[in-house]
Amino acid sequence: LQQIVLLPLNLNNEEILNDVRNEVAAEFKARVILSYIPFDVSAYIDAKRLQYDANTIMRDLYPLLPASADKVVAIMDGDLFIPILTFIFGQAYVNNKLSLVSTYRLLPERYGLPPDEKIFKARLVKEVIHELGHNYGLRHCFQPVCVMRSSTYVEDIDLKEQHLCPKCRLKIPHLTPSAL
Amino acid sequence: MPRSYSILIVDDEISVRDSLYNWFTDDGYIVEVAEDAKTALNMLEENSYDIILADIRMPGMDGLEMQRRIRKMNDKAIVIIMTAFASVDSAVQALKDGAYDYVTKPFDPDDLSHMIRNATKQLNLSDENETLREKVSTLESVDDIIGDSPAMQNVLNEVEIVAKTDSTVIITGDSGTGKELIARAIHANSPRRYFPLVAVHCGALAESLLESELFGHAKGAFTGAQFQRKGKFEMADGGTIFLDEIATISSKMQIELLRVLETKTFVRVGGTKEIKSDFRVICATNRDLKQMVKEGNFREDLYYRLNVYNIHIPPLRERLSDVPLLAGYFLKKYAKAMNKAITKIDESAIKALQEYEWPGNVRELENMIERAVVVGSEPAITAKDLPIVKNSGTPLPGVEKLDDLEKTHILQVLSKYEWNISKSAAALGIDRVTLYNKIKKHQIQRPER
Repeated sequence: LQQIVLLPLNLNNEEILNDVRNEVAAEFKARVILSYIPFDVSAYIDAKRLQYDANTIMRDLYPLLPASADKVVAIMDGDLFIPILTFIFGQAYVNNKLSLVSTYRLLPERYGLPPDEKIFKARLVKEVIHELGHNYGLRHCFQPVCVMRSSTYVEDIDLKEQHLCPKCRLKIPHLTPSAL
Repeated sequence: MPRSYSILIVDDEISVRDSLYNWFTDDGYIVEVAEDAKTALNMLEENSYDIILADIRMPGMDGLEMQRRIRKMNDKAIVIIMTAFASVDSAVQALKDGAYDYVTKPFDPDDLSHMIRNATKQLNLSDENETLREKVSTLESVDDIIGDSPAMQNVLNEVEIVAKTDSTVIITGDSGTGKELIARAIHANSPRRYFPLVAVHCGALAESLLESELFGHAKGAFTGAQFQRKGKFEMADGGTIFLDEIATISSKMQIELLRVLETKTFVRVGGTKEIKSDFRVICATNRDLKQMVKEGNFREDLYYRLNVYNIHIPPLRERLSDVPLLAGYFLKKYAKAMNKAITKIDESAIKALQEYEWPGNVRELENMIERAVVVGSEPAITAKDLPIVKNSGTPLPGVEKLDDLEKTHILQVLSKYEWNISKSAAALGIDRVTLYNKIKKHQIQRPER
């Protein structure tokens, strides 16, 4: 069984994280565990942009990853950026072990709307599954509802489902019908 | 996406190159990167890219200068200028120089995504436009095949059969019989019809020019090659290449052509990169290739490679029953173009047309009807409007061989039109290429002025 680790960097909402864990486990037919390591994200804030530098966080986090994990998704609440883009929802090393997801822009209140935990959780689940898809070697998918469809604004995330389309599933060896 | 678009990212910052590389690769684009303008221009000499995303400030040549040079190499590429230091002046300059857009770093992911999507939409439209233009011209040409004689119906049946295959076809027939039209009909009815039909008139070009025309050339390959250029084989990718007057190519070109037909790969003149292209070959000639092979003037291996299926178009004199139909078609065409109410050809004219030998074939008939529409009066063309001279039966003094007669006549026409090739060809009822070939064949020299 594949082992996926969810690594909250500065999040304490156990209830939501447990829900995410269950959804990810179901989607990837994997053992998903929550794990914590000491890692201070405040060192990665860019003074000019007041955002967190995703590239550097991932670079420094990589050597600290648990060896037993097949894939690791680090989750944090700060707003992430890479130099060329104003923000990112998340980022992954394609066909590799690590990805990073930010909850910052997934919250409805960032867009002047009332808080809605259900919407927030659904977005987080989709983002985590999307980045994990990249970790498993998937590229963006053109199917409108596939979770691997590219999302450049938050409503894009709401439009897609939290599942991999059949074509994307077939590209992940342990999810093919013969492996199951 | 209808096809995979290629993007070249030019930026001196590695983090920008890497981020954009990953972003666009994830979205299914073919992405390459360059760290400066010089590297990018070198890459552009070897490859073509659909979209070029270039930083404005780079060490050495800046993005604006690079864009100007790209425009000269490839005017279809979409160039998007990126900058971290936005200024109205540089934005205006970039757009004036033909940039598709101008964006400030860092980008909003949604803006970037939209911009590239719009750029690909424009490329799509441009591709579609080219394909449709080609398709329209092909369809128009197919409609031009007229003839209900058994001989012509046989040709059209052969076209139908061979169009469904991917075999090489050689079309034989006298000058003016409509070999190119048949080639177009084969292409238009083949599975390759949505891709281009690229025609090359081999006889009209000198060997070195033909080589660069067929294979393309790299920048600086020869004097005057200021920019790289795609060759006809590359342009025919997915479609058909029509090689007219195939018998005229030199022995060196015969070897080159054989190699390309066998491997479907070639290198541009002065280039190093091997280019692959998927094309079907249709060629045409008015010469007897088999005889040329016997005489050692045409390679046997190339002959067999080309002569997979042969369609022979009979000369007009062997299908005189098609003459009234063809004449009526040309009458309609030219009367409409000249806005004249000439609607028919009278019996005397039809009789004269059917009694004529038609050495220039359908092309000669077309020219004759065009002339008749010019000089004729409404409502009908009569025999006196046709420039058919009845044979008196007396040979020209001092001329016995047919070849000599042809040479003498061509010389007379050339001198009448002061060596204006277009006018002379039109008067002779042949095309310019054929006239050039005949000048070459008879070794006719232009008199010193």
